[in-house]
Amino acid sequence: MIPPAFDYARPESVEEAVRALAQAGEEAKVLAGGQSLLPLLRLRLAFPELVVDVGRIPQLRGVREDGDSLVIGAMTTHHDVIRDPLVRRHAGLLAQATATVADPAVRHRGTLGGSLAHADPAGDLPAVVLALDAELVAAGPAGRRTIPAREFFLDYLQSALSPDELLVEVRVPKTDGWSFHYEKFHRVAQAWAIVGVAALVRRENGQIVEARVGLTNMGATPLRAAAAEQALTGAGDPQAVARAAEAAAEGTRPAQDVSASPEYRGHLARVLTRRAVLTATGMG
Amino acid sequence: MTHIKVNVDGTTYEDDVEPRLLLAHYLRDRLGLTGTPIGCDTSNCGACTVDLDGATVKSCSVLAVQADGSDVTTVQGLARDGEWTALQRAFHERHGLQCGYCTPGMIMAARDLLRENPHPTPGEVRQALEGNLCRCTGYQNIVRAVLAASGETLAQEVAEEVTA
Repeated sequence: MIPPAFDYARPESVEEAVRALAQAGEEAKVLAGGQSLLPLLRLRLAFPELVVDVGRIPQLRGVREDGDSLVIGAMTTHHDVIRDPLVRRHAGLLAQATATVADPAVRHRGTLGGSLAHADPAGDLPAVVLALDAELVAAGPAGRRTIPAREFFLDYLQSALSPDELLVEVRVPKTDGWSFHYEKFHRVAQAWAIVGVAALVRRENGQIVEARVGLTNMGATPLRAAAAEQALTGAGDPQAVARAAEAAAEGTRPAQDVSASPEYRGHLARVLTRRAVLTATGMG
Repeated sequence: MTHIKVNVDGTTYEDDVEPRLLLAHYLRDRLGLTGTPIGCDTSNCGACTVDLDGATVKSCSVLAVQADGSDVTTVQGLARDGEWTALQRAFHERHGLQCGYCTPGMIMAARDLLRENPHPTPGEVRQALEGNLCRCTGYQNIVRAVLAASGETLAQEVAEEVTA
């Protein structure tokens, strides 16, 4: 379908973008890579008065090192994230999970910041940045503020960004020495994850000493499987991992939809957590 | 209306367009380049895939105003002096199409793959084409065509498929 009519702004700086957003109030939408927004417009599920295209702001792209963290510009495309040497070396989970997003053409346009700001719990990257304990930096009229990933995802398609704020960068702590794996279950290639699990584990002498498990599509927001993380601590063999993974769906309230019941999603969370941790550690 | 200047298949066009105009509609309805079809409303099918500044995009998921200042290549811009490229010839020779609706997108996606990976395995071809649907389900010959264009011999590719 043809999208509804809207006004269009193409700012050339973050400041200009924030001004445009502040003037338009709640009626504006930020256009990043457009791979979620344009389908929504075409299906007439969104009716913004103003679309603010941040695609021509060079400062929003690219990856740099800052001490123990990587700083990834919000407009860095999935394609560039996957190939970036710093991301591959210091945030392998992000590179691996991003390679499972949609398909090559969508990954050429879609951006890390766009998929986080969209806050779709079925998207792969929200659970991944949650597992990575990333921080999100927003620019607004009053300056910049840093939001921990744990406080960023408020509800279904709702982030902590206010209408006049723009997500500008994602700060990802380096996870050198951690093993990782993103395991997702979907019906067909390029479909949304029915459930996904992002696992990061740190081991000493073969035993897991710290585990982080992010869950995709197990509720209105991405979640951490806190009970499973705790239970995984000390696990040193596949049986212990399997037992710990039984706690993966604790405290979650997954949705009922055409793909799965809440019970089935709980089952998937347990199975995928086991698989993700076993794959990450090489125990499986 | 927003003024845009776009180079499509080697010709520069300047136009005033509504911001909501999709690149796919601009190519088809404004420029008459109907070699790029539209197959869905959900970004799933990949039929409308074109090259934008050296990377494939689904032209139904890009606004014409986003392509301002860019180079676009459609399937109609591949042949030189009426001569098909090796990839186009391979689709013909290996029967890589049935109804043909998905073919422009398949060729653009395969071209993108072969630029980055000139000798893909059958598995890599399938991965690279995961965003392109063929409703005739003619995938076997599409994969064969891409492998043929990459210089693989048919015998080799069949052997790899059997072991894959």
